[in-house]
Amino acid sequence: MSVAPPLLAVEGLTKSYGGIHAVRGVSFSLRAGEILALIGPNGAGKSTCFDMLNGQNRPDSGQVRLLGEETTGKKPREIWRLGVGRTFQITATFATMTVRENVQVALISHEKQLFNLWGSAPNFDRGEAGRLLELVGMGGYADRPCGELAYGDLKRLELAVALANEPRLLLMDEPTAGMAPRERVDLMRLTARIAREKSIGVLFTEHDMDVVFEHADRIIVLNRGTLIAEGSPAEVRGNPQVQAVYLGEGLVYDSRHREGTSA
Amino acid sequence: MAFYVVQFLTGLASAASLFLVASGLSIIFGVTRIVNFAHGAFYMIGAYIAFTLTERFSGAFGFWGGVVMAAIAVALIGVIVEMVLLRRIYHAPELFQLLGTFGLTLMVEDLVVLIWGPDDLVGRRAPGFKGAVDFFGQNIPSYDLFLIVLGPVVLGILWLLFQRTRWGVLVRAATQDRDMVAALGVNQKWLFTSVFAVGVFLAALGGALQIPRDAVHHAMDLRIIVEVFVVVVIGGLGSIVGAFVAAVLVSELNAFGILIFPKISIILVFLVMAVVLIVRPWGLFGKPEAAARKTPGLTVNPWRPLTSNERLAALAALVVAAMLPLFAGNYALTVGSEIAIFVIFAVSLHFLMSVGGLASFGHAAYFGLGAYGVAFLAKMAGLPMIVCLLLGPLLGCMGAAVFGFFAVQLSGVYFAMLTLAFAQIVWSIAFQWVSVTGGDNGILGIWPEKWAASPSHFYWLALGVAALVTIALRVAVFSPFGYALRATRDSALRSEAVGINAKRIQWTAFVIAGTTAGIGGALFAYLKGSVFPDNLGISLSVDALVMVLLGGVETVSGGVIGAIVYKALNIWLVSQTDLSKLVLGGFIVLIVVVLPKGIVGMLEMLAQRRRKASPPGSSLLAKPIESAE
Repeated sequence: MSVAPPLLAVEGLTKSYGGIHAVRGVSFSLRAGEILALIGPNGAGKSTCFDMLNGQNRPDSGQVRLLGEETTGKKPREIWRLGVGRTFQITATFATMTVRENVQVALISHEKQLFNLWGSAPNFDRGEAGRLLELVGMGGYADRPCGELAYGDLKRLELAVALANEPRLLLMDEPTAGMAPRERVDLMRLTARIAREKSIGVLFTEHDMDVVFEHADRIIVLNRGTLIAEGSPAEVRGNPQVQAVYLGEGLVYDSRHREGTSA
Repeated sequence: MAFYVVQFLTGLASAASLFLVASGLSIIFGVTRIVNFAHGAFYMIGAYIAFTLTERFSGAFGFWGGVVMAAIAVALIGVIVEMVLLRRIYHAPELFQLLGTFGLTLMVEDLVVLIWGPDDLVGRRAPGFKGAVDFFGQNIPSYDLFLIVLGPVVLGILWLLFQRTRWGVLVRAATQDRDMVAALGVNQKWLFTSVFAVGVFLAALGGALQIPRDAVHHAMDLRIIVEVFVVVVIGGLGSIVGAFVAAVLVSELNAFGILIFPKISIILVFLVMAVVLIVRPWGLFGKPEAAARKTPGLTVNPWRPLTSNERLAALAALVVAAMLPLFAGNYALTVGSEIAIFVIFAVSLHFLMSVGGLASFGHAAYFGLGAYGVAFLAKMAGLPMIVCLLLGPLLGCMGAAVFGFFAVQLSGVYFAMLTLAFAQIVWSIAFQWVSVTGGDNGILGIWPEKWAASPSHFYWLALGVAALVTIALRVAVFSPFGYALRATRDSALRSEAVGINAKRIQWTAFVIAGTTAGIGGALFAYLKGSVFPDNLGISLSVDALVMVLLGGVETVSGGVIGAIVYKALNIWLVSQTDLSKLVLGGFIVLIVVVLPKGIVGMLEMLAQRRRKASPPGSSLLAKPIESAE
């Protein structure tokens, strides 16, 4: 048997809006159990790139392969069925349902019981739902209405929901946005632990550099739609180009300033 | 050839009024995000007031002055309505806005009868446009030519108003981002009021200008509002150009549809609407709506199945209800049967509306189709009653499958308008296709067989079916499917992200609800012994909405309680007063403003308050409606 295909392989992904190239020829890959951070300044094309991976946006050209299967242009629900869990930048949960019910919906879908009109949903996979909630530290909140949760707890609930289909890959769009510093560290530690235990690949976008450099195995950097650097946290940290476009307001100003004068 | 040209011009002339009303609706929606159901009512009042004024004042100035004065007067009424009612419900879920303005419509219908009487009023002809123009041997009324010119002129004036005036700029800005306009220090209250006044003015003008063409009558509001909904669905809500193009399109389809399908001309409009919805779900000139407020948008207690004590209580209530024939007379039993049937109808809509978040404004279509299904089977095929009862609802099922497929492509107000338009189409077919449905005369003589003929036997039958249906739908609410349906209601984004095909789930729910309504309709046909187009009319659809709303949209058992209370009240009210619509309309407005959580919701809230120690759910529940998004 040859080397297993990477979990996620992205080739020459391109998308433009009008005359603006949001993403240009981006290629990278992700192995099982690896935590990969996608970073870049505002407007670098992170979200566009991310949305093309999870099916919410269709690339103009290029392809995405998940687990060796071509998924370019597939719908989010089809991609989920391949074993991809995801969380949103602004949490999306079922607000009128309890925490446990939120997880149960994902389990019902995973077990293809969506059109079952007779079964008892409150008892559906109660044990598994409880285990998932324990895993993210939400076991004590199972009966709480989801609409009452604090934001950090919603993020953890989303993680439990994302894990319900035993995913091979997790896509997390700014997982710690809007959280307190303490909660950020906790959530990412939790994610990293789960990913390593279950050998799940994780791709996340993030603005908080502390989170990125502490938890990512590898980092890819986007700027103006193109990939400008890739490597371990240490390599990326030392990359002068990344420093120029990314780290520190003054540097960003300087670089633009220089570009302006040289042009 | 000349004939077709004349037919085309007649279509164009009809488009003028339609465009005026539709553009008014669109302008109001653009800024306030309210779909003003009462727009047809304003159109109607415009026509009535114009009739009175043009009768009172003679001469050219009397006529034209009367038309304009009428529109201004109605605009002033609109201002009062906006300030007194709409300001209270701007932040309410859109279902409440639609219902509140519908309540107004009902009130107006009775008021115009009270003031102007029930008879059709034929207005004067327009001075200067009394004759007809000869066109290769065909006559075209010169007033039609006036209207043909008027449409584009009004479009031009509106364009200038929106492009060239400060007010127009503000309105366009508010259409794009209300909050930003407010943040810039614009007095939003008066902006909203003035926009509403302009929209109402256009509707009333449309009504006033119709008087030389058509008699004024007290049902013209519903006819126009359905056509206007079709126009804005095709043209795109919020677009004035869209309203114009679609008004012309619909009017021409009507004009030529009569030539192609003389019996069921409305089919053509429906086909075009269906095609537009598939190709451009937001209408020809519309834009996709930003994430709509969820229909049952208030905070919700998590739902739970009944506890064993509550099950016992429900069973006891059923037993008590089953003992009614022991002490009640035949009339009471007939009323009881009717209430049981309406429980079936209400719980079917409740399932769609509360669990699925899909507020259908045309649910009676499937109730009525079930009734017609029974009528066809019993009268034409001569099948036994039990077979008819089992197969009749399938007609409701098929109708729901066809219309539901299109309806679930949309959500929110579009869904409401589309379901209403579909129901009206079914009604028109029942009304126009006389050879099959008997038209207005209905189908008579559908009597139950001996085993169910006595009032007490029929009551037990209706009660038993109602109990079964209620239990079955409750089971469905707490089934995996029910959870999936609630999931699609709560978050489209998240449900898609966990692999749920929301449209297919919602379509299934629509078919379930339609079939269940059909079961109610099938029983209703046997109860009344006849079927009429009214069995699928708008007022019945609204009855269903009010029953669900009265019981409580956010509760699991709201449909049952709402149906019992509402139907009992309604039957009593009709026996007491001639102005039942006025009272009913006022009642709806009152529920929307004062009791948005319905009876069951209120009871739950009171129970929660009493259990002071309960978790923080109660404080959330007690939030006023303004904070619900």
